[in-house]
Amino acid sequence: MVNHTWTLSMMRIKLALRSRTFLFFSMAMPMGFLFGYVIFFGRGNPLVVPYLLGAILALSVMGAFWGLSMQLVMFREQGILRRFHLAPIGPGAMLASSIISNYFLVFPTVILEFLICRFIFHMPTWGNLVAVFLLVSIGAATFSAMGLVVASVTNDMQETTVINNIIWSLFLFLSGVTIPVGLMPGWVQKLILFLPATYLATGLEGAMLHAASFRDILADMIALTVSLILAFEVARRIFRWEPEEKIRGKAKLWAVAALIPFLLLGSWELTRGHLLQEINHQYQMISQRAAPPRPPSR
Amino acid sequence: MSEPVVKVEGLYKNYGAVEALRGVSFEVEEGELFGLLGPNGAGKTSTIEILEGLRHQDRGTVRVCGLDPQKNALEMKHVVGSALQSTSLPDKMRVEETLEMFAHFYRNPRDTKELLKRFQLEEKRNAFYHQLSGGQKQRLALALALVNNPKMIFLDEPTAGLDPQVRREIYSTLEELKQEKKTILLTTHYIEEAERLCDRVAIIDYGRVMALGTPRELKQRSAGTTRIEVRLSRAPADGALGKLDGVADCRRLDETYLLHSSKPTQTIVALVKHLETEGVELQGLEMFSPSLEDVFLELTGRRLRE
Repeated sequence: MVNHTWTLSMMRIKLALRSRTFLFFSMAMPMGFLFGYVIFFGRGNPLVVPYLLGAILALSVMGAFWGLSMQLVMFREQGILRRFHLAPIGPGAMLASSIISNYFLVFPTVILEFLICRFIFHMPTWGNLVAVFLLVSIGAATFSAMGLVVASVTNDMQETTVINNIIWSLFLFLSGVTIPVGLMPGWVQKLILFLPATYLATGLEGAMLHAASFRDILADMIALTVSLILAFEVARRIFRWEPEEKIRGKAKLWAVAALIPFLLLGSWELTRGHLLQEINHQYQMISQRAAPPRPPSR
Repeated sequence: MSEPVVKVEGLYKNYGAVEALRGVSFEVEEGELFGLLGPNGAGKTSTIEILEGLRHQDRGTVRVCGLDPQKNALEMKHVVGSALQSTSLPDKMRVEETLEMFAHFYRNPRDTKELLKRFQLEEKRNAFYHQLSGGQKQRLALALALVNNPKMIFLDEPTAGLDPQVRREIYSTLEELKQEKKTILLTTHYIEEAERLCDRVAIIDYGRVMALGTPRELKQRSAGTTRIEVRLSRAPADGALGKLDGVADCRRLDETYLLHSSKPTQTIVALVKHLETEGVELQGLEMFSPSLEDVFLELTGRRLRE
């Protein structure tokens, strides 16, 4: 299986690099966001760049969720999976190759984002690179697996697009990568504690802003890792090769299993955790850094 | 006597309320090219996809190279090569790298360069899949079916939708495989394909095997009779055509009368005289040597080609 997974991964990497759509959404769009964030929100202030980079890294990593789910459904609908089904390949190899190929494809964008922030926007710090590497690695794999779960529980492109839109909107607007959590009302802040994207985004922002240690991101890492394992297993068990095979209503509930770690972590944070306090404190710190300097009094 | 490479017994398959297969049984011996001949919707593709392991039968047993396509799927796929009725591959895969990729999945793959040469794809080795013509895509599908040096080859309508020139090229390739004593099962709705290529043919319709034998044995059913197809300006008197000299069987299909005659010349002379007497105009007349079309017609009362 390892050889087959590697062969399939190489195929996926080649296909991605030959796809203009992939190059746009995986490279051009994150760069556009990066420049937009730093110029318009950060006003070019180098002190704010680490925080913004954390958000952009989270966005880059989460992008796999959308891309992989659409690709899997498209391959199934077009009958491409059917041809692979004739070969001695199992669903595990097909799914693992999606995750592995995406992992290798996300890093060039991440490295480029770092270099731009450091040498063009004069970001004063590299942050905790080890923590960033770990979060990007496990985050890329986890959000890939979540995308594959969506593809496994939807029956066609239309359904996949609708589900993706809903979930992606939650990730985009409630995790802190676009709208700072500190700006959200209290009841929304409590809701976001149950989203996987929140932990990825806050973990990366922390790793960049105040060089959060491995201990600081441990809970995030554990939740993401457990979610990865659950999501992969769910996707593998309900994997379908044939376009005519439809998944019944109750079977779709298996998708929820991938969110169990975040339901547990969210409940703990709500009752005993300090994440919201840290996020709000972080937001205040950034707001102070980003505020224009006061003119000297006469 | 060696075990058959394919053994199908009492195969049943339903798609909801539709009974696609109703007790299909046959065997394929080693080294033979076996055909499943029938019209669209007869159950050919359902049968072959169950043998390939893509679908699960509702009832019945299936063995391919001694293996169960469902329980021993991974093992079976190493010894079986298949070309689907419609093969789809990613648009941006190149021809040679597609062959190399699939070759990696098997234990004893063939040399991909040799396959490119055999299927006249050398010039297209670096072309993307979406740049290939229909015929080239089908040749690539056939090359992929052979990439693992299979013991058994399944081909589902290998020439469907292709122009006659490309079809003849594929026939040549299949004849070469036959000479190499490869065991092949192909499905088709083309009579000439079944007659030209197959050692034995199973005629299948409405999910059942209607007849099975060599093309020659099957045509013996209509032995000595020629099929005369006649179109008239108006219907003749009831039963009149069936009483003509030499006519063994007469039936009407749409606007055409099909006469099976052991004495075609005498039949035609008698026909012309009769039509002249009745004042009926002859609008068309064709004669056909005995073929599997006649066998199908006799068994089902309708044409293989609708």
